[in-house]
Formats: sequence, C-alpha cells, structure tokens
Amino acid sequence: MRRYALWAATWGLIALVLLMPPAVVVAEALKNGLAPALASFSDPDGQAAIWLTLEVTVVSVLLNTVFGVLAAWVLTKYRFSGRSALLVLVELPLSISPVVSGLVWLLLFGAQGWWGPALERAGVHIAFAVPGIMLATVFVTLPYVVRTLVPLMEQQGRDAEEAAMLAGAGFWNILWRVTLPGARVALFSGILLTTARAMGEFGAVSVVSGHIPGLTETMPLHIESLYNGYQTVAAFTMAALLAGMAMMAVLLRSAPEYLARWKEKQA
Amino acid sequence: MKQAVLSFFRGGGSALPGYRLALAATLLWTGFFIVLPLCALVIRPWQDGVGAMLAATRDTRMFAALWTSFSSAFLAALFNLPLGLLLAWALVRGDLPGRRVADALIDLPLALPTAVSGITLATLYGPQGWIGAPLARLGLVVAYSRTGIVLALMFVGLPFVVRTVEPVLKNLPRDLEEAALLLGARPWQVVTRVIIAPLLPALVTGFGLAFARGVGEYGSVIFIAGNQPFKSEIAPLLIVVRLQEFDYAGATAIALILLLTSLLALVLVSAVRRRLSVWGDAG
Repeated sequence: MRRYALWAATWGLIALVLLMPPAVVVAEALKNGLAPALASFSDPDGQAAIWLTLEVTVVSVLLNTVFGVLAAWVLTKYRFSGRSALLVLVELPLSISPVVSGLVWLLLFGAQGWWGPALERAGVHIAFAVPGIMLATVFVTLPYVVRTLVPLMEQQGRDAEEAAMLAGAGFWNILWRVTLPGARVALFSGILLTTARAMGEFGAVSVVSGHIPGLTETMPLHIESLYNGYQTVAAFTMAALLAGMAMMAVLLRSAPEYLARWKEKQA
Repeated sequence: MKQAVLSFFRGGGSALPGYRLALAATLLWTGFFIVLPLCALVIRPWQDGVGAMLAATRDTRMFAALWTSFSSAFLAALFNLPLGLLLAWALVRGDLPGRRVADALIDLPLALPTAVSGITLATLYGPQGWIGAPLARLGLVVAYSRTGIVLALMFVGLPFVVRTVEPVLKNLPRDLEEAALLLGARPWQVVTRVIIAPLLPALVTGFGLAFARGVGEYGSVIFIAGNQPFKSEIAPLLIVVRLQEFDYAGATAIALILLLTSLLALVLVSAVRRRLSVWGDAG
C-alpha cells in the first residue's frame, strides 16, 4: 500500500513538473493545426536564425573539441605545478551566470570596451555581430568536452601511451591511435553535450547579439522576439524544433551503450 | 620554487611527447577565452573612476534585484530538497514502474534550452495556462510575481538535487533501516538518523549546486518573472537593463557580486560537505 502511494506521488510529481512543459510546447505550436505551424518556417528571419544557430554550434563544437582534447591530454598524462588551478579554470564557465558570460565580451569588444572602439574604426565588428555571438557561445560551452574526457583519461593511466612511445610513435600518433580510441564514448558524449548547450544558449548570446532580426538572431533569440510579439504559434514551433534538436543530442549520448548491448545480443 | 617552474615547463613525471605543444594550446585557449574576459570583468569597472563604483554600491534597485535573486534561489533550492529526495528514493529504492523513462525525464530541465523553458513555464503558469488557470480561480496568482520566479528556479534546479542524492542512496545498504527498526528505533528516528544523516552531504551539495545555478539563471525566469523593478526583477536582468543604459560600471558591479556569490556558495558547499562526511558519507 505504501509502495503505491510512493509510485503515485512520484509519477504525479513527474507529470506535473517534467511532462507538462514539453506537452505545452507541442500543444501551443499545434494550437491552430499543423499547417500554420509549418507555415511559420517560411519566414526568412526564422530561417536565418536556424542557419546562424547551426553555424555558431559548429564553430563552438570544433574549437572546444580540438582544444578540449589537447587540454585533457595535458591534464591527465602529466603531473605539473599549476595543474589543479588549470582544472578549476577550465570548469569556471559552469558557475558563471549566462548574462555575465555575455557581458565580459562587451567589456573587451563593446563600444566602451578595451579594444572595441579601435577595432570598430578598423572595420572589425565583434559586439552586436556574429563574432561576438560565437565568442560568448564558445565561452559558455568550453568545459563540456574536457570535463567528460578528464575522468576517463585519468582512469586509463598512461601505460599504453608509454608503450607506444617506446615503439617509436610520435605525439599525434599516440593521441590519435592509442588514447582517443579508448576514450571514444566519452568524447562523443562531450561533443553532444557541447552541441546541445551551444544551440540553446540564450542569456550570454542575448547580451552580445544586438537582436537584429535576420542577422544576429539565433534560434533562442528569435523565439524571444516571436513570443514578445504575440506570435505564439511561430514561437512555440521554433521552440519545439530547438528543444527537439537539443534533446536529441542529449539522448544520443546513450546510443553507444545501446549499440554495444544490441551487438552482444546478436553475437 | 625552481622545481615547480621546471615541472611546469617539462611536464613532471612523464616522458610522453607533446607536453609543450598541448600545454601551449591549452594556455592559449583558456587564456583567451577565460582569463582575459575575467580580467576585464575585474579591472574594467574601476576605469570609470572610483566614484562610479561607489555610486553603483549605493544603488537601491541593485540591492532589491540581488535580494530577489538570492532569496528566490534559496527558496527554490530548499523546496527542491524534499522533492529531489522523493524522486531519488523512488528511482533507487521504489521499484518504480517505468523507471527508465522517469530517469531520462529527470534530466529534461538541463536539456531544454532556457528560452524554451522560459516561454513554456510562463504559458503553463500564466492566467490561461493548464496550471495557472485553476490556481487563478482559487485566487492564487503565480505568474509575473516572485512565486513565478521560485517555480521557474525549482524547475531548473531539480535535476541537481536528484543527481547528487541518487548515487549516495545507491551505495547505502538496504537493510540498514530494518536493522535500526529491529534494534528499537522509532520510525522518525530511522528517517532522520539512518536515512537523512548519511544523505546530508549529498543534500547540501545538491542544494548548493541548485542555488548557484539559480542565482545566475536568466532565460527560464525572465518570461515568468514580471520584471518590475524593486519587486520581481532578478539581478541578471538588471545587468541587461544597465547595459542598455550604457552604464558599464553598474552592470559590472552586479556581475562581480553574482560571480563571487556563486563561487562562495560552491566553496562553502565543499567545506560543509567535507565536515559532514566525517560521520557518514556513504558515497
């Protein structure tokens, strides 16, 4: 009897808190049927927002993956003074408010920032333009690849790497053929987390973007403009697409596990 | 000292190649993307003169916004403790039907982009929303008030509590409670001394993480908050307002306070956690 009460309370809570929000997104998007929802995708500003989001995501993921792998290598295969400080530094963006993560770039590149005026005179636009959006997104998503790789690579130790080195392999060969194959699943998971976070970043991007429709609006910013402009169907349709993409990225992380189990069953 | 410097340049205790290259890349990356912007955050506000900073510290609207953010984040994290404990308990001990689905759903607030959570919660708890409308008939106004802020922060912070309590609960021996009962403990003693006590470090950590996240949260809150100065305006929103007024000193002052608070919360959490775990960290 107590068991059923626990089950009812748990599922009641889950339904109320966690199931209703996604249901609201779908219900609001389809409020007037499927056709108006799909029609909202023909808006050129919406299309521009989708493209910009994809661009920003690709740049952030590439940059943070390449440097994240190198940082994880340094942090796990060597012991040097300053190592733990570097570990803290790499995780710092996680505890910084999104708005502050955008603000710092304005302090550097904004109209009253350190280098903003000089760059502006030279014709380089960073604040209230696409480069600023990219800087803010890279900052916010910086920790994820390192953070998923470090515990695993730490566990791996460095015996395999040292054996490869004695067999004459160079740095890139060791990294590419020895270390990364063993850390594949963690790397994949880190990249997907970076992707999900980069697509959905709102606060940081909102501060540096300038909100120019069709030019500097990413998907989350476009959702905000649509919602504030009472275009509810279009706002929630875009929200459904963005949430779908982000949740897909998060759920895909367990794909390797399922694949391995499926292969085991086949064998 | 000399040894420390040498170990930094050579990579202590390992002869693996690539140390300098990878270290240089790492320092370049963290230097440009983290150290440089944070230096700007710490140094830039003083460049408008000490007067501007002093003016910023006398700003009553700023203190109201900070109070709104801190108190809402505190309450949300507090309310999340029993809810998170219930969910973690059901997942680990409850033999919950549909456990895998429930488990995946717990992470939903982390996966949902904050702007999407924001407009969704505002609609759900709004005067015409699925939850907001019945509550409005009872005379309870949720959206566009402090209550709305707390609800949004509870949504965002819930996974932190569940995910920190869950692994510790998993490691707690199941028969501990039965043993306590057999030894003559009363049910409330079992709850407080056998269940809550070993979970305390995890609960404190979950609370701290949820609080630190809530203090800086922006996207999921601003749509439901109402954003009235002195009443329902959160600190991150005031930063945005100050930036629109080109008041960099004012914006940066709030940013510094937010940053220091969330760092302080995280340091405190790890200190409390270390103290508490002396007498019972099963994790």
